Amino acid sequence: MDKHNHPYIPNSQPEIKQEMMQEIGIDSIDELYVDVPEKYRLRKSLNLPKALSEFEIKKHVEALLSKNKTCDNMPIFLGAGCWPHYVPAVVKEIVQRSEFLTAYTPYQPEISQGMLQALFEYQSMICELTGMDVANCSMYDWASALGEAARMAVRVTGRNEVLIPRIIHPERAATLQAYAEPAEIKIQQIAYNRETGQVDLEDLNNKICDKTAAVYIENPSYFGFIETQVDEISKQAHVHGALLIVGVDPTSLGILKPPGDYGADIAIGEAQPLGNSMNFGGPLLGIFACRDDMNLIRQMPGRIIGLTTTTDNSKQGFCMTLQTREQHIRREKATSNICSNEALCAVASAVYMALLGPQGFRKLGETIMYKANYAIHLLSKIDGVKAPIFKSAHFKEFTVNFDGAKSHVEEVNRKLLKHQIHGGKNLSKEFPGLGETALYCVTEIHSKEEIERLAEALEKILAG
Amino acid sequence: MYKQASWNESVIFTLGKSGRVGHILPEVEEEIKATIGDLKTAVPENLQRTTNPNLPELSEVEVARHFIRLSEMNYGIDSGFYPLGSCTMKYNPKINENLASSPAINMIHPYQDESTVQGILKILYRLERWLAEITGTYEVCLQPAAGAHGEFVGTLLMRAYHKFKGESEKRTEVIVPDSAHGTNPASAAMAGFNVVVVPSNDDGCISLGALKAVVSERTAGLMLTNPNTLGIFEKNIDEIARIVHEAGGLLYYDGANLNPILCKTRPGDMGFDIVHINIHKTFSTPHGGGGPGAGPVGVSKELARFLPVPRIVFDGKHYHFDYDRPDSIGKIRSFYGNVTVLLKAYAYILSLGFEGLKEVAEVSVLNANYLLKKLKEIKGLTLPYDSEKPRKHECVFSAKTLKNETGVSALNVAKRLLDYGIHAPTIYFPMIVDEALMIEPTETVEKEELDHFAEVMRKICAEAYTTPEVVLKAPHNTAVPRLDEVKASHPRTMTLSWRMHKKRKGKNL
Repeated sequence: MDKHNHPYIPNSQPEIKQEMMQEIGIDSIDELYVDVPEKYRLRKSLNLPKALSEFEIKKHVEALLSKNKTCDNMPIFLGAGCWPHYVPAVVKEIVQRSEFLTAYTPYQPEISQGMLQALFEYQSMICELTGMDVANCSMYDWASALGEAARMAVRVTGRNEVLIPRIIHPERAATLQAYAEPAEIKIQQIAYNRETGQVDLEDLNNKICDKTAAVYIENPSYFGFIETQVDEISKQAHVHGALLIVGVDPTSLGILKPPGDYGADIAIGEAQPLGNSMNFGGPLLGIFACRDDMNLIRQMPGRIIGLTTTTDNSKQGFCMTLQTREQHIRREKATSNICSNEALCAVASAVYMALLGPQGFRKLGETIMYKANYAIHLLSKIDGVKAPIFKSAHFKEFTVNFDGAKSHVEEVNRKLLKHQIHGGKNLSKEFPGLGETALYCVTEIHSKEEIERLAEALEKILAG
Repeated sequence: MYKQASWNESVIFTLGKSGRVGHILPEVEEEIKATIGDLKTAVPENLQRTTNPNLPELSEVEVARHFIRLSEMNYGIDSGFYPLGSCTMKYNPKINENLASSPAINMIHPYQDESTVQGILKILYRLERWLAEITGTYEVCLQPAAGAHGEFVGTLLMRAYHKFKGESEKRTEVIVPDSAHGTNPASAAMAGFNVVVVPSNDDGCISLGALKAVVSERTAGLMLTNPNTLGIFEKNIDEIARIVHEAGGLLYYDGANLNPILCKTRPGDMGFDIVHINIHKTFSTPHGGGGPGAGPVGVSKELARFLPVPRIVFDGKHYHFDYDRPDSIGKIRSFYGNVTVLLKAYAYILSLGFEGLKEVAEVSVLNANYLLKKLKEIKGLTLPYDSEKPRKHECVFSAKTLKNETGVSALNVAKRLLDYGIHAPTIYFPMIVDEALMIEPTETVEKEELDHFAEVMRKICAEAYTTPEVVLKAPHNTAVPRLDEVKASHPRTMTLSWRMHKKRKGKNL
């Protein structure tokens, strides 16, 4: 590359530089670096790639990416925190609008109304889906939202224990641990019913006490079953003065009761399925919502957009609210350190939710419910396969056990790959008590043929 | 003069008509329906949703037009100059966006078999190496989703390191300068540390005397950005590192201001043990109106064992994930990071190479000092701290004189800039400067635009002396005039969702 006249650096032209240096009164740019101690000035070249032209970069990156096998090439039955869903074309179109894409945090609301209103609408639609009153305009992902929710519950209640189900995504649990440990929050697991997978109410009863800041449950659970004892759990939590935190997959909320309806104080979850691609696991989009209660709202982490008017009261408008909770004002006393969030992903979700509407969400939930249960139906008929392990209703994801076939998940998955299919996530290391079990995921993108292809392939593989 | 689009665009809940839908899902095959039967029996009765979520009902065309109109009422870098200090708002190359929207990245799952994702693993692995090379660190972890998330990881690493050495009980304090970004103290507090503030000297650098006074055996580390938020390089970095290290503390580099020293000097060489990088700033990935960003963290060899899992390893033939790191701090989010953002940084580094990155730094500094020179001549503005000293990427002016003489504050100047189609600088930060205007042009702005900006600033300051009401009531040319931010945050009028709006309206609030 010609060092001068780089397309991204207009003033790299030597004559312009000369003119500017003259104006400043220097002979070389190095004079602007006089305060960098000589021994720290980089006098050697670094081991970095040679600069390429745009065309070469495109060729190079595309060649590398072509080594990836996508779910366009082969059906994929993986979920576990990042799910294959269809992203409507109009969603992509809108988040590629450069006014949204290349903007910064809307610190100047008058010139950023578009982003602010879109984020307010995202917050509002998340509230409608979850049955909550207030949502922030995003966290990094479900896992970090859980960490922040636990810390918020501790601040609100002045207590320091949080109860979580035994069945939870290990990466989510590990993230919670990383967020909780420095705040000296004690995390305790609640046992599950061996038959149904549901929270063991007796164990919850034994562990909940006046130190419990929050009880956390997920619906649907990590293993995809629907937790039905929500009213009892909610009651238990509230009787003991603890908050109820509920983690949700929003694609279920067209057909499943929203957490607000069973007393959740904080609702969290992952909104990646709402208009965001998988992207190898990121960017994701953490949901964070709570009830209309100033004690809760004041302790919320993250950015919140509010509806207001212009100072002359002539127009409705939007701006960031409650910034006195945030790090740029409150510094070490802030409710969280979050600054950059996942705003653009939230806009994608706002567009997605607006496209689907109430009917679409019902349809989405029903479609996933039908297809996942069809997969369960077919797989459970295969000799030696138990699907699912737990006797509960399942949504989108379910466990598949191969103990009866004396097969290892790893081996099954390897063989499935030869059939051009990505099998489920191996759970045998995370949950050794479950034996050779995998977590499968079926969404609206899986056709009947693909589900049947999976069943047939498994049948062949297990038959040897 | 600039004029932003100003649509009277209603909140989406009031648009559309009952029964309309904007997207149709594939129909469930009849045979599946017949096999599964009525869903009412499949969903547990007490968990069935009885009323549909109160979402708007719109056709696709209505949704498209609504959000396109909103986008027209939003200002991005492609709309114009964005000298927002410490945010490094540089131009975002289009090819990077193009590559990041490839199905070959959008349609892959993080738990796919490693053999099916070798392409992206190679990209991430190489990016880690390049970032380590640029920062002068030993190993880099790409997982943090944002700069502040990287800071949280960094402070957790400090914690893990002191715990490993059996000193976690003792090392309870993290030192931050009074000019630090707000995220520094917030991150340190999140990681369980007490925050100790060290003041700056008259020259805008950390006071060494004050630093020596606060450093002790309680010191876990010092968080520092260099150049600092005043745009000034901490020339005593050698001494600062020595003081902190001799006390047994670690030195943390806040990478928000990395841009002006790219390939000129390296945090690792200066003695920093932990470095975070704001990919969305220095490596030119669009900020999305607030994210997603990416905040990789680089560390010295001594600290590498504590990085979050998994690490990407290369066995000479294939790339793998390594979870077997017993001393790791564990996980700070799901999966491996904001991969599409990281891919854009990969392409950006490739487009510049070593020489190009150095040019980025030099021109960003040249631009900042050129602008500084022009702004210094404007009546009402002063440059606090050593005004003869060169700045790096940004310069912080004070509008205190202007305010005293005309009543026009930094906020008013900022709002008036919007009228000229220029985004406002960062204002009222750092807190050590009265009526601060923090200006960072970056290397991607041309000289003509810098001249134009200086001219507009001169005009605005002149207006303050002649027709102050024009500035006091600005902006006039944006989608809406000045907003009532107090009303937005007041408990009685606070409206944080459409649901709250309806509730308050019902009560006539």
